[in-house]
Amino acid sequence: MIVAGQIRKGAYFDSVTLMRVGKEITALPGVIDAAVVMGTKSNKAILNSSGLLSARLDNASDTDLLVAVKGETETATQSALAAVDGLLKKMVNTTTKGSESRPTSLAGALNIIPDANLALISIAGRYAGDEAMRALENGLHVMLFSDNVSLEKEIALKKFAQKRGLLVMGPDCGTAIINGVPLAFANVVNRGNIGIVAAAGTGLQEVSCIISNAGAGISQAIGTGGRDVKQEVGGIMFLEGLKALAKHEPTRVILLVSKPPHKDVLRRIEKLAKTIRKPIVTSFVGASTHEDCPSTLEEAALIAVALSQGQPRDEVSTRLVARDKEILRIAKREAGKRKKNQKYVRGLFSGGTFCAEAQVLFKSLLTGVFSNAPVGNTKQLRDSLVSQKHSVIDLGEDEFTVGRPHPMIDYSLRNRRILVEADDPETAVILLDVVLGYGSHPDPAAELSSVVRQASRKVSVICSITGTNQDPQNRSRVEAALRRAGAIVMPSNAAACKLAAQIIQCLGRK
Amino acid sequence: MTSINQLFGSDLKVVNIGLSAFKQALDDAHAISVQVDWKPSMEVDPQLANRVKMFRPAIEKANAEVVKIILSGMPHLIGLERAIDVIPGIKSDMLLHAGPPITWDRMCGPMRGAMIGALLYERKAETFEEAERLAASGAITFSPCHEHASVGPMAGIISPSMPVFVLKNEAHGNFAYCTLNEGLGKVLRYGAYGETVIEKLRWMEGTLYPVLKKAVAKLGKIDLKNIIAQALHMGDEVHNRNRAATSIFYRTIAPAIVTTCDDPTVAAEVLEFINHNDHFFLNLSMPASKVTLDAARGVRNSSVLVVMARNGTDFGIQLSGTGDEWFTGPADVPDALFFPGYTRADANPDIGDSAITETNGLGGFAIAAAPAIVQFVGGSSDDAIRYTQQMYEITAGENNIYQIPYLNFRGTPTGIDAIKVVEKNILPFIDTGVAHKEPGVGQIGAGVLSAPAEPFQKAFAGLARRLTKK
Repeated sequence: MIVAGQIRKGAYFDSVTLMRVGKEITALPGVIDAAVVMGTKSNKAILNSSGLLSARLDNASDTDLLVAVKGETETATQSALAAVDGLLKKMVNTTTKGSESRPTSLAGALNIIPDANLALISIAGRYAGDEAMRALENGLHVMLFSDNVSLEKEIALKKFAQKRGLLVMGPDCGTAIINGVPLAFANVVNRGNIGIVAAAGTGLQEVSCIISNAGAGISQAIGTGGRDVKQEVGGIMFLEGLKALAKHEPTRVILLVSKPPHKDVLRRIEKLAKTIRKPIVTSFVGASTHEDCPSTLEEAALIAVALSQGQPRDEVSTRLVARDKEILRIAKREAGKRKKNQKYVRGLFSGGTFCAEAQVLFKSLLTGVFSNAPVGNTKQLRDSLVSQKHSVIDLGEDEFTVGRPHPMIDYSLRNRRILVEADDPETAVILLDVVLGYGSHPDPAAELSSVVRQASRKVSVICSITGTNQDPQNRSRVEAALRRAGAIVMPSNAAACKLAAQIIQCLGRK
Repeated sequence: MTSINQLFGSDLKVVNIGLSAFKQALDDAHAISVQVDWKPSMEVDPQLANRVKMFRPAIEKANAEVVKIILSGMPHLIGLERAIDVIPGIKSDMLLHAGPPITWDRMCGPMRGAMIGALLYERKAETFEEAERLAASGAITFSPCHEHASVGPMAGIISPSMPVFVLKNEAHGNFAYCTLNEGLGKVLRYGAYGETVIEKLRWMEGTLYPVLKKAVAKLGKIDLKNIIAQALHMGDEVHNRNRAATSIFYRTIAPAIVTTCDDPTVAAEVLEFINHNDHFFLNLSMPASKVTLDAARGVRNSSVLVVMARNGTDFGIQLSGTGDEWFTGPADVPDALFFPGYTRADANPDIGDSAITETNGLGGFAIAAAPAIVQFVGGSSDDAIRYTQQMYEITAGENNIYQIPYLNFRGTPTGIDAIKVVEKNILPFIDTGVAHKEPGVGQIGAGVLSAPAEPFQKAFAGLARRLTKK
């Protein structure tokens, strides 16, 4: 039997903490008895009666902390003494009711969640880059929602992250779904076996919702920010995301979504894709695609669904051809309601990818298409506030969002524009996207109903809804409300655009 | 080496920096997440900011060293002496004062009043007018307490004849000094200089001082760190509330007073004086902090504060790594609860060396330990807890001895890091008494305030320029 003691000068702990530490020490293997007490007279008396008091401890003062251990062996005694510091520290540090104080920095947050693995950053762009770098330096993956981060900074962040095996989604990455958790402007979708890499935010929302609504699900949805696939960034994170999905066992089908990547980046993606044994579906909105490439986000999403369920991809085009007939039927009906001089479509989009997809679809169907964000053959609008012929407007462009919330959150600007377009006697169709999910307006139907009701007396109002019934806004509820207001609700942006174009074509034949 | 696939295989744990709406989605998905209330850092010269970034490892190392020194400090009361006999550098025609250096023409009302009172007490002048003329004449030198290993509450005047506590840092061998607390009401430290004020000072010199001196001599020394640690467990933060610490001190000193004082009436008088002044211990918690922090001066490249002090006009700080240089900016008026009849318009800007307690991880930094005074910080104990919690963001360490019971005995945030203050834009939180802006009125309330930003921006730049490799 070995008795050993230590004196810690000037270390003060309250007696409850010390009793708990003493109890834990006594419970250690090979320990017969132990005490951790302040060196007061009465405490020394207690130690004495337990046979724990040595002459040295007896000389300690009131303000000294005494540690005494009676062990079966020297080793047990010494290891118990060595455990005291750790236990005291643990007692002191088993803080804190997390919700009480909000940290003001990454470092403060990491005190609360030391093993945090992702930083979601949405502060002003001029600070966001530095904050993202700090997160990477701390070993966190980053989703950078903020825009206005310089290209140089983006490249620096992504190169740094690539070296360390970390993901940088963004800057200007609006949405992602990691491990089933919706990040920023994301929808509540089924989990499943389709993995997505997207350099187009609303494109990612659209395909993930279509997949979920078709009964399949998402394994991971990685956003990269639109600039990732430009020549300067070189697709660093697009490629890393693709590699990660290739290795991700639950992912059986990979879906790539982007506006057309730079040709060098495209080459790299294609080269990497060749090495991957999983089926890969690509939707590069507006790229001059190969024959077998899906022409719309919807088609790409449905092909991914088919492949994920072991169905042939041809089945999708059969289904879409059938639906095109249904679209034509609605188009004829709507065209019948329009007056003679109504001949133009006016698309008012909150999602940039939708605006681009509209232009791609209109290319072969309509002539004289204008936009404030033209792609392909589309002509630049003289004034973004004034439509010319067929116009498709991206209301999420900087010119509209400086000093005001994004149109997915604040409907007022678009609502005014809807009424302006409806008053134009040449407008036949108003085309709208309605994006649901976290971050978006909590009740878009309430925002839109009144203007849709007014507009639909004069023109055909076509809406697509990007969302699911699990979204906070509930897709079905929004859809019913918009129908009640007089809108034609289509299941996808592509279907809505096709319908719009068909109506115009029917009007042309009248 | 981490990998994206590792992320896919783990539970997502998110730090949300920015829009709190995104936190809602994370909560709904039952993801573990924490919201960061992010603020941009204070404005500093970007070149200097880069320099600080470059030197960060050296700064961190220096700060760790400073924290070690602070945490190892062992402040003991070892005796009482007359100021002129012990305080380094004090001269017979010198008056020490709180805060950074200041000239007569810039002094606030309470400090001028206290200077006049001190000259009357020292018998260097017979009347108010004479004292005022003398003070303005240049014949009297004014010098900050802090430059003489001393601290003083409010105006913080130390004149040569005043008795002072002598403290020793048993771990590092340095000393610190502070006057004895006069109690409330019309007192010198709030700028009062009337006859009763001077009479009380003379009683302190003639009666209190010799009695305490003998009693402390009998005890040898008193471990102040231990008393402060206990007091934090009893509802003090030892800046604005010193009731528990004063009680413990009273229990410690009373037997020694009774046994060493020849006249029981005098012993009773002294004991009553201590007993009736809840802030008696403030003049021990302050020098205890001072003697602890002074040991940590002069660690090259360290951005940790060793001084935070106000003279009623300016707020000044000193860093361990920037020598004796003061970094100052205008002092603010505290947000306070005022005694009946007074308003914010009557309040003097922040004054006193008592912010040395915050510098040492006490006072406002330990406000969560003092639920009895949460009225000063917004009324609820949650407010107090938040204030303390936030201070962990700007400190280089946590105290090993001073603890917050409510936070499961977590050590108080200790060692204010000027770089963190600037980068996180979180200012040190001080709880303090408030003086009337006119001399002689006294205390009119108590409250809280954040330190002004300017001294910290200047200190950041001052340190950045001084950073050296070896």
